[in-house]
Amino acid sequence: MQNLYDFSILTGAIHESLSRSMSPGWVTFTELVIIGLVFLLFFALLGLFLVYLERKVCAIIQNRVGPNRVGKWGLLQTIADLIKLLIKELIPIRKSDKFLFNLAPFIVIIASLMAMAALPFAKGLHAIDFNIGVFYVMAVSSLGVVGILLAGWSSNSKYSLIGAMRSGAQIVSYELSVGLSLLAIVVFSGSMQLSAIIESQANGWWIFKGHIPAFISFVIFLIASTAEINRGPFDLAEAESELTAGFHTEYSGIKFAFFFLAEYINMFIVAGIAATVFLGGWMPLHIGSWEGFNHIMDFVPPIVWFFLKTFFIIYVIMWFKWTFPRLRIDQLLTLEWKYLLPVSLVNIVVIAFLVLMGWHF
Amino acid sequence: MLNRDEFKEIISKLVPEAEFPEGTQLPEVIVPVAKLVELVEKLKANPNTSFDYMINHTAVDFNTHFMTVYHFESTTHKHLLVVKAKIEDHENPETESLAALYPTCEFFEREVFDLFGIRYKNHPNLKRLFLEDDYGHPLRKDFRDEVNIIER
Amino acid sequence: MTEEIIKDVIIGESEDYIVNIGPQHPSTHGVLRFEVCLQGETVKYIIPHIGYIHRGIEKMCESLTYPQIIHLTDRMDYLSAHMNNEAVCLCVENALQVEVPERVKYIRTILDELNRLASHQLWWAAFGMDLGALTTFFYGLRDREMILDIFEESFGSRLLHSFNTPGGLMHDVHPNFQKKIKEFIKYFRKKLPEYDQLLTGNVIFKQRAVGIGPMSKETAIAYGVTGPSGRGSGWACDLRKHAPYSAYDKVQFTECLETEGDTYARYKVRMREMWESLSILEQLVDNIPEGDYTAKMKPIIKLPAGEFFQRVETARGELAVYIVSDGNKTPYRIRFRTPNFSNLFVINTIASNFKIADLVAISGSLDLVIPDIDR
Repeated sequence: MQNLYDFSILTGAIHESLSRSMSPGWVTFTELVIIGLVFLLFFALLGLFLVYLERKVCAIIQNRVGPNRVGKWGLLQTIADLIKLLIKELIPIRKSDKFLFNLAPFIVIIASLMAMAALPFAKGLHAIDFNIGVFYVMAVSSLGVVGILLAGWSSNSKYSLIGAMRSGAQIVSYELSVGLSLLAIVVFSGSMQLSAIIESQANGWWIFKGHIPAFISFVIFLIASTAEINRGPFDLAEAESELTAGFHTEYSGIKFAFFFLAEYINMFIVAGIAATVFLGGWMPLHIGSWEGFNHIMDFVPPIVWFFLKTFFIIYVIMWFKWTFPRLRIDQLLTLEWKYLLPVSLVNIVVIAFLVLMGWHF
Repeated sequence: MLNRDEFKEIISKLVPEAEFPEGTQLPEVIVPVAKLVELVEKLKANPNTSFDYMINHTAVDFNTHFMTVYHFESTTHKHLLVVKAKIEDHENPETESLAALYPTCEFFEREVFDLFGIRYKNHPNLKRLFLEDDYGHPLRKDFRDEVNIIER
Repeated sequence: MTEEIIKDVIIGESEDYIVNIGPQHPSTHGVLRFEVCLQGETVKYIIPHIGYIHRGIEKMCESLTYPQIIHLTDRMDYLSAHMNNEAVCLCVENALQVEVPERVKYIRTILDELNRLASHQLWWAAFGMDLGALTTFFYGLRDREMILDIFEESFGSRLLHSFNTPGGLMHDVHPNFQKKIKEFIKYFRKKLPEYDQLLTGNVIFKQRAVGIGPMSKETAIAYGVTGPSGRGSGWACDLRKHAPYSAYDKVQFTECLETEGDTYARYKVRMREMWESLSILEQLVDNIPEGDYTAKMKPIIKLPAGEFFQRVETARGELAVYIVSDGNKTPYRIRFRTPNFSNLFVINTIASNFKIADLVAISGSLDLVIPDIDR
């Protein structure tokens, strides 16, 4: 049944037809270009859609209607905003470090684009299936902070600098919890390869199979990754009531749009990883021995499953952004070093014991 | 809660030359500038009066002289007293600062300095509060601004 | 290149890391500038700079008649416009010894409380936003809208109503006035618990507010911090209770006092005051006596020579009006002791040695309205 929606047939066919007319080197190059183009397009569309979604979700939470004038249900609103951002003047800052100032948005956006490469959208729909996929995503997604630090430093603005330093402290701390909570599932599944992690969830998602420790990991991952992508209630790097806009105070036009887009894509990546690792990625929902139910679930395409789970987590992230007040920097670090990190460490030990005794399903 | 006569009794012991105008809305006392700090300090310390809250401080320009006005209230006895000090010198008005006794007065005095040009001795930070340094003192009656104020 | 860098370091300049918060900044709620000296994230000292919106209202009033002055007082504390109007009206009425009709007193008190509610709602909305909880803003404004609709129906304006004149009111209130207020009370009694659910019990909010910016009662009195901010420090400074005016002597209400003096105490005082305002409204709205909406006044109001002083409790504290009259139709000197002016300058004392984020929370909890500071 799974083969019905196997994308490796499609990608294999493309590979073969290219191989027939080109040498292997050119085939690899062409495939890289195709993947790059597809991802860029997906990246832009996803960014626009997520901005729209955020505005709608926040509007619902705040008793408002949200964008509803441009296009049907305001669907074109973000495109109009994008056009506005594209044609806006790029304001040069006197005494800023020009080179780093211009470089920073690219680092931020490239980091999130690279992280997306490892996301498995469906069976076979996977840009690169690294054997260290989890490690790669963690490593690449924390590269973005370099861009944020550069942006804060090179802007020659005090607000930006404070925002950047906050962001640095925040990401360095929360990286640990993200890593440890992902490690929990690596211990369960015995592999760092994302496709292997998904395969190991064919008979049940890790959040169900892994007892309470896996659930604790999931919650820690949600909290820590929200902090890592600088979203509320951990958006101290751009806390608008304190630092106007934090590290991107001085950016305008398309450079600002890059930061903005990267923030939303990062949210998608984080949600995607959470869906993949904890909620079974593109695996359909199966409940024990309900054969009929499981069979119906198999008919839903894996890519739909993946996006459903991802957007559910995105919705949760948005939900608490629009509900909670912002933490203070010392409280943020206290939360990580005094609560999340010890809890994750103990959790890892418990999980290792569970796996050793073979008590998980 | 003390009444006019009781205030009069207490204050005239402290400052014999104080004047007590009659027929005013609130109990009022006019003292010389030199005795102002001493009087206020004693009224604040005296448990019968204990004026610990300065409601308001301002000045009035009477063309020939300035009158600085302090409104005090006691948070324990809930009585009010208006203390006034007359500044005779209209060209270079100068008086004593009460900022050490009432922190809030520091900023009232800065405002009065800004708008009237009255200088306060012993003020911790006598700088203009609202206006630029070269603006003049608009609440003085002889203030003229041909650009912004139309005389009627 | 090297020359340019050398110029940046001015000899003799202190090495403090100074950040200007304002004049254009989301959390100063107006054109106020805090010169903040930082040590890392910690605030060493704060110097408030004001005067960006100084309009010289006191000077302008010297050439305006008393009914005209009313319209300028709106522009001081625009969120408690009605109380500002009332202060001048009461001062003039006291000076002329005019007895205003009972109906006017009741309506004025109702409007005071409605205005206080509207102001506190806006404060709650903006305070949540200062702390990063953006949703509160829309909840607060949603309910404030109903009050503004009541204002609009009766006076034609929503924010700066100038509805008082010396001697009474401009005109009678709209026939729907009582009905609308009753509807509002019923509605808001249901909605007010929502405010608590959204913010008051929140763990993050409590962490951000409890123990932040403690102000002792002595500090509050010394700096003249009145209103809910002063009552959060345990200073019983509610003039509605201690120097009643209009119909406040005819209603039962408790003065909301908290003794902790921190941001959370100031928050709690305002939340409780909203409940008290609702109960005052309930007591008054059915008992508005019939009668004239204004006392008989001369067409040209001339105050007798002398000095007149009147204090009222606005949503932010004690507003005192001090009029020196020389017997003309314009005041010789008018002085407004505005609550925010005194409330602002305590900030250096209470917010030093806290974090930047706490500075925002503290200035939010003092509920500053900048035009009221500058006048």
